[in-house]
Amino acid sequence: MIEKVLNVFKTVVKGLKLTLGHFFAATESRKVKPISDPGYFSQKTGTTTIQYPHIKLPVPDVGRYQLDVEMDDCIVCDLCAKICPVDCIDIESIKSTEAIGKTSDGTTKRLYAAKFDIDMAKCMYCGLCTVVCPTECIVMTDTYDRSMIDLSEMTYKFSDMTAAEADEKRLALEKLNAERLASKQAAMQQNTDNKI
Amino acid sequence: MNFYLTYVLVASALFAFTALFTLFALYSERKISAFIQDRLGPMEVGKYGSLQAFADILKMLQKEFIIPTAADKILFILAPIIIFVSVYLGFAALPWAPGLIPASLNLGLFYIFAILSIETLGILMAGWGSNNKYALLGSMRSVAQMVSYEIPAGISLLSVVMISQSLNLQEITIRQGILTSEAVNFLGIWDVKAIGGILAWNVFQAPHLIVAYIIYFIASLAECNRAPFDIPEAESELVGGFHVEYSGLRFAFIFLAEYSMMFLVGMIGVVLFLGGWNSPLPNISSVSLATWTTGIGWGIFWILTKTLCVVAVQIWLRWTLPRFRVDQLMSFCWKVLTPLAFLCMLISGIWRLTMM
Repeated sequence: MIEKVLNVFKTVVKGLKLTLGHFFAATESRKVKPISDPGYFSQKTGTTTIQYPHIKLPVPDVGRYQLDVEMDDCIVCDLCAKICPVDCIDIESIKSTEAIGKTSDGTTKRLYAAKFDIDMAKCMYCGLCTVVCPTECIVMTDTYDRSMIDLSEMTYKFSDMTAAEADEKRLALEKLNAERLASKQAAMQQNTDNKI
Repeated sequence: MNFYLTYVLVASALFAFTALFTLFALYSERKISAFIQDRLGPMEVGKYGSLQAFADILKMLQKEFIIPTAADKILFILAPIIIFVSVYLGFAALPWAPGLIPASLNLGLFYIFAILSIETLGILMAGWGSNNKYALLGSMRSVAQMVSYEIPAGISLLSVVMISQSLNLQEITIRQGILTSEAVNFLGIWDVKAIGGILAWNVFQAPHLIVAYIIYFIASLAECNRAPFDIPEAESELVGGFHVEYSGLRFAFIFLAEYSMMFLVGMIGVVLFLGGWNSPLPNISSVSLATWTTGIGWGIFWILTKTLCVVAVQIWLRWTLPRFRVDQLMSFCWKVLTPLAFLCMLISGIWRLTMM
């Protein structure tokens, strides 16, 4: 009985000491350090609150946050759209009539991206698209705090072509295709003529 | 006619004090809890969030009064008023300084205890009137708890009254310092009437009153429904307890009552056990610290400091200890506190007969 009572007092005092310790340790706050810092886990005392909008926890440049596409490097291979588990990437490609140019790693670009939309409201931040991209043009950045007033603003449009340009390219492709078809038919016609 | 003006002035001063104290306690409770949990607490409104409580109260003032359709409207509307007024009236009989007491009643302590029990009624009205099962459960628990804990609290206070031979709080305070005309003995043997200070406090006049004070303190925590005895509010079980259905100013009044109650029970404890407005500093031969630090201004200062310390301990305990279970709560009251309080009263009687 007496032992029980003593135990009650002992445990209460222990608890009170613990909270008082934390109370007085709150005069200083822990330094805001990135996770890569070797001292990240060694800060044991002080308040942990990061006053978010004023102070931000440093994150790596290539984090797992918003997607960003470097259109100059994109070869419009559509691999990212295919691997995306939630189908948040919507690409419409137009074949070019000739080689457009080269990406920074030397791959020749042969497709125009008439549409390259990423719906960040759908994105689940798995990062698969960044892995499959052959030219590493789609990356995840360190931007994470993005709130929009309108839902449509969550769809990021990366295509650098205007609708008029896209139409022009489409027409050029159609013209080329028609020319090719015509020449093919002409060739076939010639073949049949020769046989007769 | 002039005394009516005085009444109104005193009443408004007390109301202003309870309101200001509530704002202060709200802020300090949030800060203390934050620091204990390694957080920062409110930081945005004002320097270090110091205006957060004002912002909260402004928000509450703007809110709509919502009365549930199925509620008992009369009880629902009256309950917060009764809860607050019963606590607020308790302040009337508390002494603040030598000669400064709103109403010097011969039955001061009895009056306070009687008027505080009415709060239970208000809580029951709130719970029943809300017509909400959580509110009703909360208020039932609250009533059971407050009625039970009034017994050890009352009896431990009685053991002080037996030593002091008065129910007038001003007189009880005077008897714990240098202003008394009667004998003051430290631990019943050493005459400290001229020395005063901490040595003359009731808890040191008769050492068993320390136990009585601990009993009273625990019981007072239960009476103001604070953790570890907060089962009437038990956020995790009962949503919010008896005040779930309240909004806006009515909720603010319940809150005000709760925090004023903290101060009130703390102050009763200070007056009865810890010397009230008497200075803790003793007279040491020619260095008469006690005489220098006794007066109206000093009295207010000392009683505020002591009571705020007690309130700080209440807050500290709340953020340290987990909540009691209902059956533990009841058995603790009836099987531990009440017998101990009776024992204290018995010792008080013997003390009075043999030592004084």
